[in-house]
Amino acid sequence: MSSTSLTTGRGWRPAVPRRHVPVLATLALLLVMYGVGVSQYQAFSNVQVVFNVFIDNGFLLVVAVGMTFVILTGGIDLSVGSVVAMTAMVSASLLQAGLPAALVLVIALLIGPTLGFLMGCAIHFFEIQPFIVTLAGMFFARGMCTFISDASIPITDGFWTAVSQERIGDPRGNFVSVIVLIAFAVVLVAAYVLAYTRFGRTVYAIGGNPQSALLMGLPVGRTRIAVYTVSGLCSAIGGILLSFYTLSGAPLIAVGMELDVIAAVVIGGTVLTGGSGYVFGTVLGVLVLGVIQTLITFDGSLNSWWTRIVIGGLLFAFILLQRLIGIRFK
Amino acid sequence: MNAVADRLRPLTGHRLFWPVLVLVVMILANTVYRPGFLSVEVKNGHLYGTPVDILRLSAPLILVALGMTLVIATGGIDLSVGSLCAISGAIACLHISEAPDQNSLSTVFTALALAFGAALALGAWNGVLVAVIGIQPIIATLILMVAGRGLAQLVTEGQILTINSGPYRAIGLGHFLTLPLAIFIALAAALLIAAFTRRTALGLIVESVGGNAEASRLAGIRSSRVVFLVYVVSAACAAIAGFMMTANVSSADGNAAGLWVELDAILAVVIGGTSLAGGRFSLGGTILGALIIQTLTTSVYAMNISPQTALLFKAVVVIAVCLIQSPAFRARFSRRRGGSTPRPTAPRREKEQVPA
Amino acid sequence: MTDSRPVLTMTGISKTFPGVRALHNVDFRLFPGEVHALMGENGAGKSTLIKVLTGVYAIDEGTVVLDGEQVAFSGPMQASASGVSTVYQEVNLCTNLSVAENIFIGREPRRFGAIRWGEMRRRARALLARLDLDIDVTAQLGTYSLAVQQMVAIARAIDVRARVLILDEPTSSLDAGEVAQLFRIMRQLRDEGIGILFVTHFLDQVYGIADRITVLRNGALVGEYRTEELPQLSLVEKMIGKELDVLERLDEHQKRTAAVRSDAAPLVDASELGRKGGVAPFSLRIHAGEVVGLAGLLGSGRTEVARLLFGADRADHGTVVIDGGGTQVRNPVQAIGRGVGFCSENRRAEGVVPELSVRENMILAMQAARGWLRPIPRRRQDELVEKYIQALSIRPANPDLPVRNLSGGNQQKVLLARWLITEPRLLILDEPTRGIDIGAKAEIQKLVVQLSDDGMAVLFISAELEEVLRLSHRVAVMRDRTMVAQLDNDDTLDADRVLQTIASGTGSAEVIR
Repeated sequence: MSSTSLTTGRGWRPAVPRRHVPVLATLALLLVMYGVGVSQYQAFSNVQVVFNVFIDNGFLLVVAVGMTFVILTGGIDLSVGSVVAMTAMVSASLLQAGLPAALVLVIALLIGPTLGFLMGCAIHFFEIQPFIVTLAGMFFARGMCTFISDASIPITDGFWTAVSQERIGDPRGNFVSVIVLIAFAVVLVAAYVLAYTRFGRTVYAIGGNPQSALLMGLPVGRTRIAVYTVSGLCSAIGGILLSFYTLSGAPLIAVGMELDVIAAVVIGGTVLTGGSGYVFGTVLGVLVLGVIQTLITFDGSLNSWWTRIVIGGLLFAFILLQRLIGIRFK
Repeated sequence: MNAVADRLRPLTGHRLFWPVLVLVVMILANTVYRPGFLSVEVKNGHLYGTPVDILRLSAPLILVALGMTLVIATGGIDLSVGSLCAISGAIACLHISEAPDQNSLSTVFTALALAFGAALALGAWNGVLVAVIGIQPIIATLILMVAGRGLAQLVTEGQILTINSGPYRAIGLGHFLTLPLAIFIALAAALLIAAFTRRTALGLIVESVGGNAEASRLAGIRSSRVVFLVYVVSAACAAIAGFMMTANVSSADGNAAGLWVELDAILAVVIGGTSLAGGRFSLGGTILGALIIQTLTTSVYAMNISPQTALLFKAVVVIAVCLIQSPAFRARFSRRRGGSTPRPTAPRREKEQVPA
Repeated sequence: MTDSRPVLTMTGISKTFPGVRALHNVDFRLFPGEVHALMGENGAGKSTLIKVLTGVYAIDEGTVVLDGEQVAFSGPMQASASGVSTVYQEVNLCTNLSVAENIFIGREPRRFGAIRWGEMRRRARALLARLDLDIDVTAQLGTYSLAVQQMVAIARAIDVRARVLILDEPTSSLDAGEVAQLFRIMRQLRDEGIGILFVTHFLDQVYGIADRITVLRNGALVGEYRTEELPQLSLVEKMIGKELDVLERLDEHQKRTAAVRSDAAPLVDASELGRKGGVAPFSLRIHAGEVVGLAGLLGSGRTEVARLLFGADRADHGTVVIDGGGTQVRNPVQAIGRGVGFCSENRRAEGVVPELSVRENMILAMQAARGWLRPIPRRRQDELVEKYIQALSIRPANPDLPVRNLSGGNQQKVLLARWLITEPRLLILDEPTRGIDIGAKAEIQKLVVQLSDDGMAVLFISAELEEVLRLSHRVAVMRDRTMVAQLDNDDTLDADRVLQTIASGTGSAEVIR
């Protein structure tokens, strides 16, 4: 390296910063997949197809946003799928018991963050690996689901059904649901928090180098607990959205959802070791999953299991990509 | 087990003390709750009874957990074992279902060999990702965890493949010397792995790599070979477990076979006293851990609680075991009890006190 | 500059850790607008002094006065808020964040809780312009060289209107050009009136920039000197601290003349071996039965030489032939295959596997060489382990005890045993006697002599000149990451001459055989 001028100290200065490469790759992939869909199937060009992807994956998007916070700090949260199911179950059973909708919403929205907070505390204070703590959280939440009821509970509450059936959009038939609006709101808030608040920047700093973050005087412990709380909150919101979507609480719904969520976050360009990634990328990652499902549904000859195989393949491709462009800060 | 006070101390310090205690307490509680719990009777020349059931049902978990123990001892983790169970079971069942004579021994053995080979190849894939490309184990095996379920369903074409093969069924339900064959298979695997690690230097090298990777490198250990190997072994164990699971029900379900077994296996390893950070491992502890998990499940079933709710109990066990093993928790706990019982503090504290 | 009163005065500082007195009655003062070098060998108390100052450790005794006010900081954050900022050897920043963020994170300019990115970038540019550094503040820190990162760390440190800037070995991973750049900035900050406390192991750098030098040794103050009044030789003597006549008396009766035939083929033949950022290319030959000592100050490149010979780091320059093998040693496996053993100075991180037993740690290298399929039979293990526990008097003599329960000296002996079991032709010992008690030290020294008498070649690295001179046939002298001389340990060689060589950087009687 030339040592005469330090301004030339940067080895490689591409037009696109390296950290943006994974997100751009995801965007390109999404466009290609959409292009393939449009060229192959006439009905694919209908705007409603895109809207439906959002409607069907709104809850996944919200949960993935929460997971993005956790993964950005270098952690992982396996409990999200169970917490989603538990929130839906609690809502359904409380509504069945006749509680007012507003109260049910408040209670349902409190459970997830509380569990997340407790898991964050276990991770921070007792230095147990996030993987194990959130695994216990996953067991706990799933156990609670069947503890509440072995069978699916239908929701007949007026507020719930009204929200579920509300169609927002033009009268010709292209519409979105309330779920999509809420999901977008969550995405925007999360993007703002990550980009414009000290909490958000501390999340990135911890993912980059926790020891440095500590030496720079950042509140590492508080932030670490907070990201699991945020993830719990997002899972709770996701659970409520799911109960809007299905109008029921089922004990075995969203099994294995944590894998889809993690896959969406990684395909969206967030590095699993932490410190690099965007909420916008996570949106793209969720869309990729949604479009794959739509494509496979449109095709008809392909079966649903191809979704998982393709997701696995994409995971591999993106992890390899992350390694090749050398995003490793540790 | 003389209850002499000064003999008790080394006993409680033994790494298997807590797992054994938990298991004994569970069995006692069960016996109190249901006096017939420990009774075993002979029917048609076979032994029947809850203890035998627990042993038989825990066999697949023991197998998976044994492989997982080696992986965790190197400081890694293998999330793909559940998917591998499903894939191997699916391949074996597919081959048998397509054969003209499902009861032919040669058909069954060909099926087992095919499925076993596929599992080894997938294990090698994991091994390459971790040991050669250098991807974090949790991420590398996540790929196959996600894709593997799809592969299993691809094999079974999304159906539940039902077979009617006596020899294959025997893997899960057959008897040998009055006891279920599955117990002997798990025992044989345990002995084989024990011999494989403790009669050769493999165990030492695995523990050395997991205990201090850099020191091991400087001592001339080629760690990547060992790491590669443990993922293959783990896949092989998962494959046999997959045979058992599918043989139990004489059908292969790509979706359900081996679901969450990776989590149970990790749990069994941790309960058995092997640290998730790697290093010293205990095969005996892992087997105890698997037995504890199965006893818990069986007792919960016996109390007419739904299998899913049993997860609540599992959550409690996970947290309790992890807290007991967490140095930070122990330090807090002993501090709160006052300075009267000075315990050896966590090793990391020593570092700060070395003035340089 | 000395006419002003000191910005920082530390008086009578003592600090004791369980079993170790790290600092004893140390005084230190720092004037505004000066660069003050804090010098001392390993364990002298430099780091402890800095940590006491910034509140990482509580002070046992003594006072710290900053700008006329007595202070006791609760931690680095409070210290930096009061104008005492530290930049560490390892850059403690987040390379995944932008340059501007790294300077301001935790105290970003905000409006209604929202970070004002534009304002932050503007301020970062202004701050870096003050340091004469023209870089893109929006780029990720990780895309810049270590030197730039170091300067960004300094920018972060001085943003809080620092009056005292502590630079703890900031130059250890920089090349010459980068050091020059850093010095330019240090001079500029000095001229602005900031007092800079500078810790380094490079003598050239001290004489290149420091106005004043304080020397510590074994936790005690040796003295404070103006740089121009302290010749390099005196500095080295004060750091190492052995009275010269005592040293000479010690090695007289033990003098080991160069008894080795130089006409025989060398066991190790390194030619222009080097690694960028590690050690400048050097040539070194070691014969069977010869002990070569490596002398030099901490950080002079001693360990780097050892690691290159063992293949622990890969050389990017030159060749090394060991025992007639190939011209490269790419990894430890190859080195061990050619009969080399290496005891790292970093016992805990690179030596023992703490959980494993004494027995297992001892046989590890031999077992690794045999491969896992050929375990060493238990009886043979017992013989070997028993033999070395006896020979090295390892205590407690229980082969099944986890090695982490042993004292430092005994752990060191276990490591020695690990390599002796492999019967190496060349044994590299990096600081084998550091931090262990006198008895164990003498035993290890005796062992080295005995091994070389039996025909083993030894590369012996130690910070203690006395030890090196007593054991070695030849002494290679390191300074500032360069091997500056190789001296025959004959009657003309004494500690004085080695010190002179370290201080001056030229070997008067350079021998390259």
